[in-house]
Amino acid sequence: MNLALVTLLPFLGAVLPPLVIRSGRNVCAVTTGSVTALALALLLIEAPAVIRGEIVRTSLPWLPQAGLEARFFLDGFGFFFAFLILAIGLLIIVYARFYLSRQDPMGRFYAFLLLFQGAMLGIVLSDNVVLLVVFWELTSLASFLLIGYWRHLPEGRQGARMALIVTGAGGLALLAGLLLLAEVAGSYDLATILGKGEAVRGSPLYLPILLLVLAGAFTKSAQFPFHFWLPHAMAAPTPVSAYLHSATMVKAGLFLLGRLWPVLAGTEAWFLIVSGTGLLTMLIAAWIAIFKDDLKGLLAFSTVSHLGLVTMLFGLGTGSAALAAVFHVLNHATFKAALFMTAGIVDHEAGTRDARRLGGLLRLMPITGSLAIVASLAMAGVIPLNGFLSKEMMLEEVLHTVWWETERLFPLMAVAAASCSVAYSFRYVVHVFLGPVRDDYPHRPHDPPAGMWLPVAILVVAVVLLGILAEPIAGPLVRLAAAAVTAGAAPPTVLKLWHGVTPALVASGIATLLGLVMLAAFAPLARLRASVRRPEAKRMFEATVDAVARAAGRASGAIHDERLQRMVAWALLAVLVVGLFTGRAGIGPGERPGLPLAPLAVLLWAGALAAALAVAAFHRQRLLALIVTSVVGLIVSLTFVWFSAPDLALTQLSVEIVTTVLLLLALNWLPAESPRESSALRRGRDALVAAAAGLAVSVLLYAILTTDFALPSISAYHLAESKPGGGGTNVVNVILVDFRGYDTLGEIIVLGIAALAIFAVLDSTFRGAAAERLRTWSHGPEAADRHPMMLVVATRIMLPLALVVGVYIFLRGHNQPGGGFIAGLVVGVALIVQYMASGWAWARARTRIDYHALIGFGVFVATATGVGSWLFDRPFLTSSYGYLHLPLVGEVELATALFFDLGVFSTVVGVVMLVLANLARVSARVEPQPSTGPAMDSVPGPTEPAAAGAAVADAPAPQGA
Amino acid sequence: MELLFASGVGVLTAVGVYLCLRARTFPVVLGLSFLSYAVNLFLFASGRLVVARPPIVGPAAPGYTDPLPQALVLTAIVISFGMTALVVVLALRGFLEAGTDHVDGREPDREGRS
Repeated sequence: MNLALVTLLPFLGAVLPPLVIRSGRNVCAVTTGSVTALALALLLIEAPAVIRGEIVRTSLPWLPQAGLEARFFLDGFGFFFAFLILAIGLLIIVYARFYLSRQDPMGRFYAFLLLFQGAMLGIVLSDNVVLLVVFWELTSLASFLLIGYWRHLPEGRQGARMALIVTGAGGLALLAGLLLLAEVAGSYDLATILGKGEAVRGSPLYLPILLLVLAGAFTKSAQFPFHFWLPHAMAAPTPVSAYLHSATMVKAGLFLLGRLWPVLAGTEAWFLIVSGTGLLTMLIAAWIAIFKDDLKGLLAFSTVSHLGLVTMLFGLGTGSAALAAVFHVLNHATFKAALFMTAGIVDHEAGTRDARRLGGLLRLMPITGSLAIVASLAMAGVIPLNGFLSKEMMLEEVLHTVWWETERLFPLMAVAAASCSVAYSFRYVVHVFLGPVRDDYPHRPHDPPAGMWLPVAILVVAVVLLGILAEPIAGPLVRLAAAAVTAGAAPPTVLKLWHGVTPALVASGIATLLGLVMLAAFAPLARLRASVRRPEAKRMFEATVDAVARAAGRASGAIHDERLQRMVAWALLAVLVVGLFTGRAGIGPGERPGLPLAPLAVLLWAGALAAALAVAAFHRQRLLALIVTSVVGLIVSLTFVWFSAPDLALTQLSVEIVTTVLLLLALNWLPAESPRESSALRRGRDALVAAAAGLAVSVLLYAILTTDFALPSISAYHLAESKPGGGGTNVVNVILVDFRGYDTLGEIIVLGIAALAIFAVLDSTFRGAAAERLRTWSHGPEAADRHPMMLVVATRIMLPLALVVGVYIFLRGHNQPGGGFIAGLVVGVALIVQYMASGWAWARARTRIDYHALIGFGVFVATATGVGSWLFDRPFLTSSYGYLHLPLVGEVELATALFFDLGVFSTVVGVVMLVLANLARVSARVEPQPSTGPAMDSVPGPTEPAAAGAAVADAPAPQGA
Repeated sequence: MELLFASGVGVLTAVGVYLCLRARTFPVVLGLSFLSYAVNLFLFASGRLVVARPPIVGPAAPGYTDPLPQALVLTAIVISFGMTALVVVLALRGFLEAGTDHVDGREPDREGRS
């Protein structure tokens, strides 16, 4: 649990900074720092076990049946990285407090930073490879948010996008690679996979796995040719550059190389690709770094170079090289984070970080200057600092490396890279801090507040101590991590400052001299470099992205040409083709005995057919088509009656009425006829597509109907348990309100949302272009009598009857056909008929129910019924029942399901009324002042309010006028 | 009887598809209604066709048809209503907003391109 908490703490803590920023920036920083410190403390609790060589594990089961568990494990290597992430994170948080200005939204910054921290910890602690990829992509996202933190800077946005595309694409490749790896190893657990090295390396899938995993690692760790995103990521605030883009996130690729070392390393392919790429990256980036005038650009390319160095060491595949790699990760993280922070301080205090405009800063900011110089010397690999130790170990490894049968290539290139490294390190010192004090700095530079240089100082102390006292301080930790990487194959190397005059020391000396010479010849070298044309990575990247975007636009434009008919036809054809393809094995009639043909059924069939074809033929006359359509609907509900589905028949019937009313109301505005515009060819084509679809459905359905169930239906359980378990004899209703009540709850919520959407669409009709059209509406011929007396009287007499029928259907629904859905529709119809007969204003003035509230009430009652069963310690929506004897109605089931059904009922009534009443309301706005007076209310009577005839007025009529 | 049922559903599907391919919104709405009929009948029929065996439990009942597809289709019918209502209101609003009820939201030009 502890281990999962280490990972989750930063995620949980990420909500705090935006909340506490109101209390001030110090509180915000302290809160963020406390989260990280707490995670660090939790990690350190595990330290003794890790040092004893144990592997600490935590598992949070999610879908254990599918092998999906949130599993975490901690060994030496994971501990090493987790410690780096949290310790440096703490220093960065302090630094950022003083780096960010008052205008910067600090809460957001710290939230993103913690998000990143959690994701990064997740990578190094995951035991499940899929989980690892999830965290991997989360770091890419966090990095995207942080690079683009200053949203107003275009460089920030472009850099963020580039980083996301490159590392995100790499993450996808990694996912594919790890899935293949898990397939070959037979497990998603990293710990298990690590033990399957032999099997993986012997598998034919080894090379694809290797290439995909390396694509992920190389993009993340900015290896050539994917190195270009990292310098552009430097648009981020400096704390981000120091933390993500030098100390931790870009090392995730290196972590992966180390983590999978026991499985993937040790082959010729690994050696050639990984060490070759690393060496090339190391040399190219170091050369470019010399000439970068932007201090952060210089440090960015130097970071790429050092990442290449570690990659190369992992690529060599020997235990001692792996140990050197781990040690250099530690050293690089310390001196590079420190250097980035000093670059940030220079930028902050001098107002620029362009090396050409700086110089002499050591006199003006002695503390920062001294710290920067020490860290630079470590980067150059000068004795006795920590950079020297790992560089010596690197050269020692390289000097006897034979790559592709060449003995000299590696040593020469490594020495060249090391000399470039010396050159840019010294340039950072000489061109920025040494030399004469200038008088044209944008700001007057001075040392920053202690909060800004103290984190740097802590790191610089580490840089010195790791050099002088390497063995007592870091020896055990590095050996522990290296042992975890190499599965015990790393030699027990003791970290030593002085090995005597070895070939590596000589090489190192040569490199230092060469580097100093290069710096002395900086100006001519820079001119030489400027005269050569170089490929511009950013332009190439943007051209590629543009080309892909254009191709995608063309491809989708070809299918999606904004002409709906053509798109629908294509989609249908595609479905048909897929259906033909899957059905090519043959779909035919089965053995199930059929029902005998009944004459009445044939008659109904013929009626439906004629009606349907008539609609297709005369669809341009809309009113006719609508009425004939409702005939088809009636036959459908008769079909349900015929085949033992009384509930469906009732539902279909009432829905049919409501739908027809709805479409009639809509036809009030829409043109009464469709123009004849499709060519005969188009109609023929459509008829062909339609016939094919119909034929396919027929064949499929006939095959189903004549085949017996392949598996026993689960309905036997529903039938058997309906009465004893659900307390009702109408199994369909019991399924709806009990067995599958959860589905029904979801359904009424969907229905409610649809009604609200309809309300929103209609309500805004009174604004904008639609309102203009409504105002200038030209009316067709009006009916002479808009509210026929017969209809008005009949509907008003029917209303109480219909309501009673609704209640009856509702109450008996649990045992006999009926229930909330049907009762709701019946009541809805009864009410809507009043609107039709007597006009919207008349009906509205007499309705005291808010339909929105009715929908809300329905959903609330249904949910509360479900929640109620929690009070009795039962699962959601468990029902219980008893009996109640009502006079006249008979014995009534009083199940809790009845309350649930009441919720369904209310929602359905609310939905039907909200939709239809609002459509009618739009009509009422458009209708001209009635000439014949609304309904019969214009005649004063003893029971009806006299002045209620204000069909246009929304206000209730004055009583007893 | 099975053949009758299957062919009937097929015709409803065909008419629905044909109407959905029309150029004006109202026929498309009707087409969706037809497709709803067809789909609901199809789903219902996955419980096979049974006569005079309603799923109402009782001592005298000779047997029952499969109640589960019925329950599913019952909710499907109500949801179809919700969908039809939303589509027709959108069509209406689109017509009021754009001044045309062509499915592309603009009147076709002379070459028949919309």
